[in-house]
Amino acid sequence: MQRDRPSPRTHIRAFRLNGRAREILVADSELLLDTLREALGLTGTKQGCDGGECGACTVLIDGRPRLACLTRTEECAGHDVETIEGLAENGRMSRLQRAFHERLGTQCGYCTPGMIIAAEGLLRRDPAPDETAIRAALAGNLCRCTGYVKIIEAVQEAARGAP
Amino acid sequence: MTVMRNTRDVVGQPTPLIDGVEKVMGAAKYTADLPVADALVGRILRSPVSHARIVGIDTAAARALPGVRAVITGADCAATYGVLPIAMNEYPLARDVVRYRGEPLAAVAAVDAETAAAALKLIRCEFDILPAYYTADAARAPDAVALHANKPGNIERAVHHRFGDVEAGFAQADLVREHVYACAEVAHAQMERNAALVEYDPARDHLTIWSTTQVPYYVHLMLARCLEMDASRIRVVKPFVGGGFGARVETLNFEIIAALLARAAGGKVSLRLSREETFLTHRGRPETEIRLKLGMTRAGRLTACAAEVVQRGGAYAGYGIITILYAGALLQGLYDIPAIAYDGVRVYANLPPCGAMRGHGSVDMRFAFEALLDRMAREIGLDPFAVRRANLLSAPTETQNGLRIESYGLGECLDWVEQASLWRERRGRLGTGRGLGMACSHYVSGAAKPIHWTGEPHAVVHLRLDFDGGVTLLTGAADIGQGSSTVMAQAAAEVLGIRLDRVRVVTADSMLTPKDNGSYSSRVTFMVGNATIDAARALLAHLVAAAAARLGVSETAIQHENETFFVAGGDGPGLSFADVAQAALAREGGAITAKGSFTCPVEFQGGKHKGGAVGATMGFSYAAQVVEVAVDHETGMVAVEKVWVAQDCGFAINPLAVEGQIQGAVWMGMGQAIGEETRYEQGLAVHASFLDYRVPTIIESPPIALHIVESIDPNGPFGAKEASEGALAGFLPALTNAIADALGLEIDTLPVTPDRILEALAHRQRARRLAKALEEAV
Repeated sequence: MQRDRPSPRTHIRAFRLNGRAREILVADSELLLDTLREALGLTGTKQGCDGGECGACTVLIDGRPRLACLTRTEECAGHDVETIEGLAENGRMSRLQRAFHERLGTQCGYCTPGMIIAAEGLLRRDPAPDETAIRAALAGNLCRCTGYVKIIEAVQEAARGAP
Repeated sequence: MTVMRNTRDVVGQPTPLIDGVEKVMGAAKYTADLPVADALVGRILRSPVSHARIVGIDTAAARALPGVRAVITGADCAATYGVLPIAMNEYPLARDVVRYRGEPLAAVAAVDAETAAAALKLIRCEFDILPAYYTADAARAPDAVALHANKPGNIERAVHHRFGDVEAGFAQADLVREHVYACAEVAHAQMERNAALVEYDPARDHLTIWSTTQVPYYVHLMLARCLEMDASRIRVVKPFVGGGFGARVETLNFEIIAALLARAAGGKVSLRLSREETFLTHRGRPETEIRLKLGMTRAGRLTACAAEVVQRGGAYAGYGIITILYAGALLQGLYDIPAIAYDGVRVYANLPPCGAMRGHGSVDMRFAFEALLDRMAREIGLDPFAVRRANLLSAPTETQNGLRIESYGLGECLDWVEQASLWRERRGRLGTGRGLGMACSHYVSGAAKPIHWTGEPHAVVHLRLDFDGGVTLLTGAADIGQGSSTVMAQAAAEVLGIRLDRVRVVTADSMLTPKDNGSYSSRVTFMVGNATIDAARALLAHLVAAAAARLGVSETAIQHENETFFVAGGDGPGLSFADVAQAALAREGGAITAKGSFTCPVEFQGGKHKGGAVGATMGFSYAAQVVEVAVDHETGMVAVEKVWVAQDCGFAINPLAVEGQIQGAVWMGMGQAIGEETRYEQGLAVHASFLDYRVPTIIESPPIALHIVESIDPNGPFGAKEASEGALAGFLPALTNAIADALGLEIDTLPVTPDRILEALAHRQRARRLAKALEEAV
């Protein structure tokens, strides 16, 4: 459901998005999820619930996983935001994206961007996580297709292939 | 050139999904991701009451609000819709009577979300409240008001089936036991929220819908019906879909509402439902009560089965008749049971309508059956594996209700899970609170008789070959994440002897792709797979003819593989696929479209009794699983430690996807078994979020070891049967059987919440104290 917004005041805000400096018009109460999807057309970040329940909208802010549906865009001013669209290197799948693809860590694919971003956040802070750490890092990301078995295998595979 | 022919170049190879790259890159476009810059925003007004006569709906103020472009109510659509032609009793927007809290009453299209929300608040509804019923018992009470005038007693359908001599069967039994089992209603909870985007072109009276559907064909039919439009003026497109599990088989009210709004507004409308609204749209597995009676000999041989089932179906028919028939029909086909009596009743209630959910109709019944089977085995002193092995079928065979079984790998499934779980070594030796349980299950590979008897084939596939040497596969089959497009590409590549990436798949766009009956009842691999093989053989015939002409030999002398056509036994270099394709195009007068089709023969379409088509299929999948649990006595928490599952899927065309489907099915069964449950307070859905409807997280999800059994079905594509549903049902009883092993407690009610465990433990404690006190008194 598209959000109900009161008539907002807007400001120009600067932040880094997927490595590029951006200046955009942001309304006071605007959520990062809406900015990404509706204003910037970056629809890789998904919305699966009505707020804070499923993890499908996970993005990285300064390298840490955050829910875009609970983050005001205003708060991102001066920070570094990364979405699923920013992970590829020269259009080629990142190690996690490749592992999720090859290991079938994705079925319907709807939770996948958020799941991969949450795993990316994990591998940046812990390049060789054990299974318990993987489970803990992905605990806020629901998947309804895989039973999580191949998601864990994909993250392990990506960690093994880590540079 | 002599090459050993490897008949399994492409099929049988673990293959990442051909549309998987888009998914991991964030590039896959789901319905809510499509551009909506110029679209109006649709919103639905939902009923605040459970059951009422609608006295009036005043939309004048909403219509007058600046920015509102359309307001519609039940008055704007007089046609009913529904998935079954014999039971269409639902309106996209309620007319005259509203029957559940959350049912759509009106809808608006406005220039933005704020205006649409404001407009909804201006709509005034007046109701004449009627009594509402939230349980099957209340709805069936003698004085209950009928939800539907033509369904007295609120009975949607009562089924009474008798096969074999049931009385004689129970008379022959050494042990007869009867128990009551209860299963809560559950929901699919697919991750993508429901959404539709509709573009209406008033100049041409054309309408295009992009929607979150599993069956674009049904959406097409229902839009034509409800909008009274010629079907040729409608185009249905399925973008990427974020899961379905049965929720999106039926055409859903929001799809018709979005189309009505777009036509009323004369433009484009985006209607995106919230998670709460997605739960309210529902179509989940109904709350079910089962009274089951089994007869067994001392050797564990079943002699008779009698089952009484009550399903609370919700306010409208939906799939209900099929669900209540499945519950009885699929008592058969797993074991050899000499006599079966089935009495099922599907009841209306003032709640969101239930429908088809993964394992449709079979799951709750399988829970009851396998739980009672284990219970009786314990009483007789038989091992759970032994009692199942005592009742195996042998293929080919036909059940008493007319289900044909051509392949049957259950025995191998049992062997594998028994060995892999170290059942004999470990069972009973795991310590307090820990246990092992097992169960079996099965499911159809597509319903052999389609819902719409049009006389057309059950599946049609087109393959197109043009100058670039690319093979384009066109299918109406909806890939909703299960990987059907990949399976079709593999099948075509295998038959044509070409690389997988030479095949590109176009799916589910009614303007381009041939009609398909849709993604439900695990029909796609079997039926569309066979149609793909048929189409590929037809295309191959063109290529072989061209190659033969070019090489100056007869067609029978031509062999092909690895993108090369050559003379069998000859030593020439042969012709490349590209050269042969060019030659074929020159011979045939340009681009070639080859058509393939598949139809389940009538002898597979079930028994002659009323409802006999339900359950009939060309191939059953079979599964066995062992579940290990640890139960905490203090908290009642049930932890699933590990699952071992084996499934006979005939042949794994894509073993990677088969593994993913089996793991997903087992896990979904786990969700139902340990925690999932819809809950209503006076008809208000209080579960309608992911905080309140708890699907398992990665934390409580166990490792799932699996084994694929390949029985090579004689009619399946390369021998394949279904792989996505059969393993689900077995989890539920395997879990309660494991709890029985761990604690000696019989749990007859799902889900197995900590409260239920603690209650059962306390009940046993009281019973023991009472027994001890009585003993001391004597």
